[in-house]
Amino acid sequence: MNSFNIPPNVAVSDTGFVFLPTTGETFTLNEIGKEIFKQLQQGKGYDEIVDSILSFYDIDKNSFERDFNDFVMQLKNYSLVVEL
Amino acid sequence: MDTKKRYERPVITKHYSGFMNKIGTSSFSKPKKDIDGVAVTDLVEKFGSPLFVISEKKIRQNQRNAVRIFKTRYPKVQFAWSYKTNYLNAVCSVFHQENSWAEVVSEFEYDKARKLGIKGENIIFNGPDKSRNALLKAIKEKAKIHIDHFDELYEIIELCDTEKLKAKVAIRINMDVGVYPKWDRFGFNYENGESWQAIKRIITNKDLELIGLHTHIGTYMMSTEAYRLAASKLAGLARSIKEQFDIVLEYIDLGGGFASHNTLLGQYLPAEEVIPSIEQFADAISSGLFELNFKNDELPLLILETGRALIDDAGFLISSVLANKRLSDGKKALIIDAGVNILFTGFWYKHKITPAQDCGLHTEESAIFGPLCMNIDVVRESITLPLLKKGDKLIIEYVGAYDMTQWMQFITLRPNVVMIMEDGSVELIRKSETLDYISEMELLPLKLSLK
Repeated sequence: MNSFNIPPNVAVSDTGFVFLPTTGETFTLNEIGKEIFKQLQQGKGYDEIVDSILSFYDIDKNSFERDFNDFVMQLKNYSLVVEL
Repeated sequence: MDTKKRYERPVITKHYSGFMNKIGTSSFSKPKKDIDGVAVTDLVEKFGSPLFVISEKKIRQNQRNAVRIFKTRYPKVQFAWSYKTNYLNAVCSVFHQENSWAEVVSEFEYDKARKLGIKGENIIFNGPDKSRNALLKAIKEKAKIHIDHFDELYEIIELCDTEKLKAKVAIRINMDVGVYPKWDRFGFNYENGESWQAIKRIITNKDLELIGLHTHIGTYMMSTEAYRLAASKLAGLARSIKEQFDIVLEYIDLGGGFASHNTLLGQYLPAEEVIPSIEQFADAISSGLFELNFKNDELPLLILETGRALIDDAGFLISSVLANKRLSDGKKALIIDAGVNILFTGFWYKHKITPAQDCGLHTEESAIFGPLCMNIDVVRESITLPLLKKGDKLIIEYVGAYDMTQWMQFITLRPNVVMIMEDGSVELIRKSETLDYISEMELLPLKLSLK
């Protein structure tokens, strides 16, 4: 699994509100989205993220992998993530 | 034992600035987990997915309501169930139990009504395609034949003459009632005098008895004024027939075409907010008919062939999510197991689509595609729904009209249809198709056999 980085100027609130200052665009994350987004911001890789999500949420590894990839694709689409 | 938190797939939604939509967006906070008190999960477990579900209770409510509304405005009213709208035997039988006649538009539908036990005299035979055999049968069984064109009129005259029969007939009349498109391909035209010519030709024939006038001005009509005009024009014709030929017609048939609560593609406001109520249609028709100025005992029977408005909201289609996809532009797409092959009205309507299980509050704009490997299989270009996963169920509402007659066996087989009875029991009213059923009508030349 590739590693991803969130640009340092992107801000996210505790309620999942995301602000991209370079364009002024704003977004909303759902709960799991916020969880993953914050872990990506902290520089965590996929393996760490999957372990933490699977320990707290009722989801299997394959399903999460599929959802994670789709989520990262959304983030890329909005220029909110950079592939390392 | 530690309990894990409910998972919902991660999603990010972009905010778009601009004016707020004054209508707002629909809330999906309340999933529809049952139909008439029967759990969707139980229905799917027993009858599979996709699954058409029809509510007997709703059909009877709709029919009784429509009868009450019209009978409180006009003294003599008869409904005739429009077979083409939904001709499943169970559905037709509910309408017939509610005293509806049958309105058919082909020999196949005619035979279906007869097989269900409807007498010929209680069948209205419409449509441009009535074979010689069908006409002969209908004349002998004293059905009410609504003549569509002069070729049919002359065929009936010739049939009655050679077979020494008498036929009870009406004519279908098309007219300008200010709506577009004008339905002038069915029946005889009012404005150019063709209908009057047909009336005179019938009246002067000894074997034909003119018993009624019929018009059907369109489908999914949103104008009540068009019905008032149509009723008024037919009333004027009936009055002229009485004055010139001293014939009092048995009935005037205003057809159907009342809009249901389905919202058309391209329609901005939801149907509930823009379509007239049955009361408004009834007001318009009865006020048009009162121009008859007949004595009470000479008032013709008002026949209505309402289809869609009586059955659409009694039909539901349960469907399962097969897959979530992300399109090239980042837009979400859902693939469900019900396609346009069984949801023909998906080409016309923005159906109400509701999840059948608890969902999170987060919503996402998605396209909904059916299971067919065909680009045309689009159930909805865009809809806002909660986050759904493979296996989740959706209920597509207002599918009682036309879907179970215009559906086609294409790529997949047509599914089970069940009826939830008034007492809450569930009856299978049409079995899902099988390969054997589909192959039954095919013949394989011996030299092509691989066995």
